[in-house]
Amino acid sequence: MDSAELIVTAGGLALAAFVLWYFFFSARRTAAAVSSSGGVQEVAITVKGGYSPDVIEVERGKPVQLSFYRDEESSCSEELLMPDFRIRRDLPAFKTTLVELLPQQAGRFEFTCGMGMLRGSLVVK
Amino acid sequence: MASSPETTTLDIEGMTCASCASFVEKSLSRAPGVQSASVNFATEKATVQYLPELATPATLKEAVINAGYGVLERAPDTSAAERSAEIDRQKARAYHKLKRRFWVAAALALLIMPLSMLMLWPALLERVSLPVLNYVLLALTLPVLLYSGREFYVSAWNGFRHRAANMDTLIAVGTGAAFLYSLAATVAPGYFLRRGIMPEVYFDTTATIIALILLGKVLEMRAKTQTSAAMKALLGLQAKTARVVRPGGQEVDVPIEQVQLHDVVVVRPGEKVATDGLITEGHSFLDEAMLTGESLPVEKTVGAAVFGATLNKTGSFRFRVTKVGADTMLAQIVQMVEDAQGSRAPIQRLADKVSAVFVPTVVVIAILTFVLWFDLAPVSTRLPLALVNFVAVLIIACPCALGLATPTAIMVSTGKGAEHGVLIRNAEALEKAYRVNTVLLDKTGTITRGEPAVTDFVAPGSSATDLLPLIAAVERQSEHPLAEAVVRYAAAQMPAAESLAATAFRAVEGKGAAALVDGRAVLIGNRRLLADEGVSLSADLEARAKDLLAEAKTVLYVAVAGQAVALLGVADTVRDTSAAAIGKLQRLGIEVVMMTGDNPQTAAQVAAQVGITRYFAEVLPADKAGKVKELQAEGRTVAMVGDGINDAPALAQADIGLAIGSGTDVAMEAAGITLMRSDLNGVVTAIELSRQTIRTIKQNLFFAFIYNTLGIPIAAGLLYPVFGWLLSPMLAAGAMALSSVSVLTNSLRLRGFTNQ
Ligand SMILES: [Cu+2]
Repeated sequence: MDSAELIVTAGGLALAAFVLWYFFFSARRTAAAVSSSGGVQEVAITVKGGYSPDVIEVERGKPVQLSFYRDEESSCSEELLMPDFRIRRDLPAFKTTLVELLPQQAGRFEFTCGMGMLRGSLVVK
Repeated sequence: MASSPETTTLDIEGMTCASCASFVEKSLSRAPGVQSASVNFATEKATVQYLPELATPATLKEAVINAGYGVLERAPDTSAAERSAEIDRQKARAYHKLKRRFWVAAALALLIMPLSMLMLWPALLERVSLPVLNYVLLALTLPVLLYSGREFYVSAWNGFRHRAANMDTLIAVGTGAAFLYSLAATVAPGYFLRRGIMPEVYFDTTATIIALILLGKVLEMRAKTQTSAAMKALLGLQAKTARVVRPGGQEVDVPIEQVQLHDVVVVRPGEKVATDGLITEGHSFLDEAMLTGESLPVEKTVGAAVFGATLNKTGSFRFRVTKVGADTMLAQIVQMVEDAQGSRAPIQRLADKVSAVFVPTVVVIAILTFVLWFDLAPVSTRLPLALVNFVAVLIIACPCALGLATPTAIMVSTGKGAEHGVLIRNAEALEKAYRVNTVLLDKTGTITRGEPAVTDFVAPGSSATDLLPLIAAVERQSEHPLAEAVVRYAAAQMPAAESLAATAFRAVEGKGAAALVDGRAVLIGNRRLLADEGVSLSADLEARAKDLLAEAKTVLYVAVAGQAVALLGVADTVRDTSAAAIGKLQRLGIEVVMMTGDNPQTAAQVAAQVGITRYFAEVLPADKAGKVKELQAEGRTVAMVGDGINDAPALAQADIGLAIGSGTDVAMEAAGITLMRSDLNGVVTAIELSRQTIRTIKQNLFFAFIYNTLGIPIAAGLLYPVFGWLLSPMLAAGAMALSSVSVLTNSLRLRGFTNQ
């Protein structure tokens, strides 16, 4: 093994390890954004390559209003899916789209883009 | 002191869906002094009935604001329709932009490719300087990268910052690596040469991949607009205006949004019905195919329900509005189909799990591919080979075909179902219908019409033309359901006959009715009525009555002027389509079982008539769900078909419930599938549609999985040691573009679904 091979091997393995850690094991930003006015739990979510915040805590039995602002044109995020609430919504670029739902059961409900690549979850307490 | 309630209409701002509407509605209903509130999402209006001493328009507005919405003081300028049109416009713009980006990339790639191939002809290559050629290629590639491919890089970066990897990540890293390597080889070829590596450039790879991926996206976007076309078409059926009759009597054309409950609307031949209501005047045939899939026009008379978006064929009529906006049948169908399209099929779960971890995994595989090729290939070619295979792995692995496999098929088939009058509640229902091997039919209202009809008219010695008008005259006065059947029969037999008047009408509780018609005493009722009146039966009639009773029919006896003259056999008749539909189900390999509350004799009669061999008779309403359980205990997957409230528990207990016809809301609520037409053919359609859809989804998933699971090892060069096969990154890009297009095309084939 020459030195170039050593460098590439070590660098490659380190990079692979970083990718795995970065996407799977690093701490998620679990900013739970909950504000309540007039009984409605309002959460603002920015859609740009992902959902921020991507973990949202809400209370059970109270209406939730999620406002998704899509801050990009990438086609990956053009659709929002919340299968547990049977919601499929188009998110126009650079616009805010309101999504209302009433969580009746506690649990963790995922929401994703149309292809299931971008992920976030709604934690109902 | 209580004053009379007042009604007001508010323009609500900020509602984006039907659930917003229900929030506002709830908030308004809870406000003090409000008696009722109904919010229409489509028209963005709230109609509130309130007590003026407890509430004012200002407090109502406050209630709306508390729910998180606004009240528009002036006339609304953006209606829901306009907003959806805005989304359409934006999509059209995005499509145009995408096409432009594709054409720029394609044109430049077509220039770059032949220029790159110059290197294959040494004779040509001598006349051009390689460094100059490389700089020309670089200049041609830059616009492809910065204009056509820009979105990939931006999106990949945005995703990276969110620790989310999407398919753009793969394209960006792949083409980015090829480009950066080529850039270095162009700018500093000496560095490569000194290490014994030919400074090859991969500008053609970069440009071609971007062009091909964009081509795939263009085709994908076009196909996607077709998947939702059915819904658009449904919404487009709505009438724009309605001709409302003002209290003064004059008729005014008003926009559909302004039509209020209890308005009277005029519909002329050839016009669309504006909204849902009940006919108050007139008579016509209506084409309801858009709602029920029924191709024949349906006759409607005073008291009949009419639905928005249906087409008035012959007569003109007036109707009183009972539902507007989101409450109408059409709006509910659209909402139901949209709900179904938003749901996830269980079959998709595996694909979901895979695509969530897919991209980072692929990146790791690509890195390892690079390392292995670099370590194992000959020194002079190790860097280019490592790079080419790294890029090929990234490009071929794009999982978009996987993500499209299920949703596109669900979207097309739920839309198609609605077209046939089959409303599918969610993707899960569709998947369950596919596995059904036993269909349990509730007899009354499902196999049969659910209402009594005269099946036999026996009048030895007298003519029907003489008797029927007499009988009809008496029965018209009666309110008994059997009387209704007799009147219908008479009208059908002798449509031209003038109706006679009956006098001295008298209903005999539990027995029948008597009256004077044309000066003659007419009796119609059961055997006891005749016995009580001292009328005896001839031996002939006696025998005929016995026959009818043996057929499990109800027998009505008719006497005129003290003489028994005729018999009427009344029974709940089998629908014309039932036997054929049951035959179709049986040919699909499904066992059809019937259940009924009737006695075994009647049950056997009906079962034989429609070709059913297994049936449950004398089933009490409360036991219906138990029968479903009984079948399930035999290991069957049961579809229950029913129409009434008492079927709801059985519908819910079944693996899949199908509510038939204008079923009650309760039945619809408990059912996974609703059939808009009172016809068992809908069951066949639903099961065939679900079978075809699941078959399509399985094909799609197979294509997508096979493609990725085979594509990645080949791209990584696993077959190289054996066959010397490598996958060119450009081929990978072509295959990848084709994969999602082929999955979409496969789903769109469902649009050709027809019910035999
Ligand atoms: Cu892709």
